[in-house]
Amino acid sequence: MKTRLRRALVTPLVDENPVTLHILGICSAVAITNSLYSALVMSAALTAVLCFSSVVISVIRRHLPHSVRIIVQVTVIASAVIVVDEMLQAFAPTTSQILSVFVGLIITNCIVLGRAEAFAAHNPPGVSLLDALGNGLGFSLILCTVATIRELFGSGGLLGREIFTSAAAGGWFEPVGLFLLPPSAFFIIGGIVWLIRSYKPQQREQAEFEIIATDSVRNR
Amino acid sequence: MEQLTTILLRAVFVENLALAYFLGMCTFLAVSKQLRTAIGLGAAVIVVQAVTVPLNNLLYRYFIAEGAMTWAGLGHLDFSYLGLISYIGVIAAAVQILEMILSRYFPNLFQAMGIYLPLLTVNCAILGASLFMVQRDYDFAESMAYGLGVGSGWAFALITLAGLREKMKYSDIPEGLQGLGIVFMTVGLMSMAFISIAGFEF
Repeated sequence: MKTRLRRALVTPLVDENPVTLHILGICSAVAITNSLYSALVMSAALTAVLCFSSVVISVIRRHLPHSVRIIVQVTVIASAVIVVDEMLQAFAPTTSQILSVFVGLIITNCIVLGRAEAFAAHNPPGVSLLDALGNGLGFSLILCTVATIRELFGSGGLLGREIFTSAAAGGWFEPVGLFLLPPSAFFIIGGIVWLIRSYKPQQREQAEFEIIATDSVRNR
Repeated sequence: MEQLTTILLRAVFVENLALAYFLGMCTFLAVSKQLRTAIGLGAAVIVVQAVTVPLNNLLYRYFIAEGAMTWAGLGHLDFSYLGLISYIGVIAAAVQILEMILSRYFPNLFQAMGIYLPLLTVNCAILGASLFMVQRDYDFAESMAYGLGVGSGWAFALITLAGLREKMKYSDIPEGLQGLGIVFMTVGLMSMAFISIAGFEF
């Protein structure tokens, strides 16, 4: 029992990371990672919504008719997101403005509905909570890694503090503007995926085609 | 009229939801393996966007926004906190209705779209378009142009990526990078190309 609980919490971190293995929740992973601060807020918001919705859906799982489950799950998630959104607007209005529509888009973040469908709908609340927490942290891990790289090399600082003195201020560091632009997030996530898959070959995808040398090539 | 064309063109190229805002990425990466399915899904997205954005616009202007219910003598009400849940409801309903209409009158098209149609409910590009529409305060005509534009832009990006991936099938990619990894890199390069369009004024 204990190993099962631990597995629910730990495997989503690297082994079955929702972002790099299941390609879920990419939208926000790419869109708001140009600063570490917004990535942290987003991670916290998503993890909170994920934990809440997983527990609720797990509690009502036996009373939910199969045919209407998706719409009920979406409603539960949407309610949680509204609470988070209203709280951000009330207590951190500037952050809420930076994140703009992306807080609302947690509703359609595939991780949340994906975990509700795949795990919380068949498991008791305790394990579901740990699974949600694990997946939330796995998502946060990727999000914060990408955000750290982007902010550090894009502007030479982290969380608004200067780390590399920029050339304009008399230092040596020339900020790489590309890192602040959206495409860099794709390159970084692609790189992380490559790294994880070189380290854990079982995550590699089956190649659709194999390249072999044919006679005509060999004889050339 | 000129303003509407501007909104449409900007939504397709400069503010492409897939490549500039990264909305609907999960579907974008998962369904771009084959050109045929990509075209089907692209068409579905155009239709759904063109329907839901104007519908949500009406909902926002006449029910949800602060003071929107003046026509019913309820001008003091502000339901803006119900926005998110209403938009997703409208989207789910619109997708469901579209599914019924298609299966009744266009069974061939319905077959071709298959499971991708119901999945559109949880596509962030669809909800994102409605949220951007509210944030920018478009009127009804503008929201129609915007819905059509974002739908076409997303479909355009999806079909382009599917075409690239079909060509890439035969290339010799390092093992760990095969599949997801190389797709990320490709989308990154496409996104760079789209950023260079951003300097144009329409």
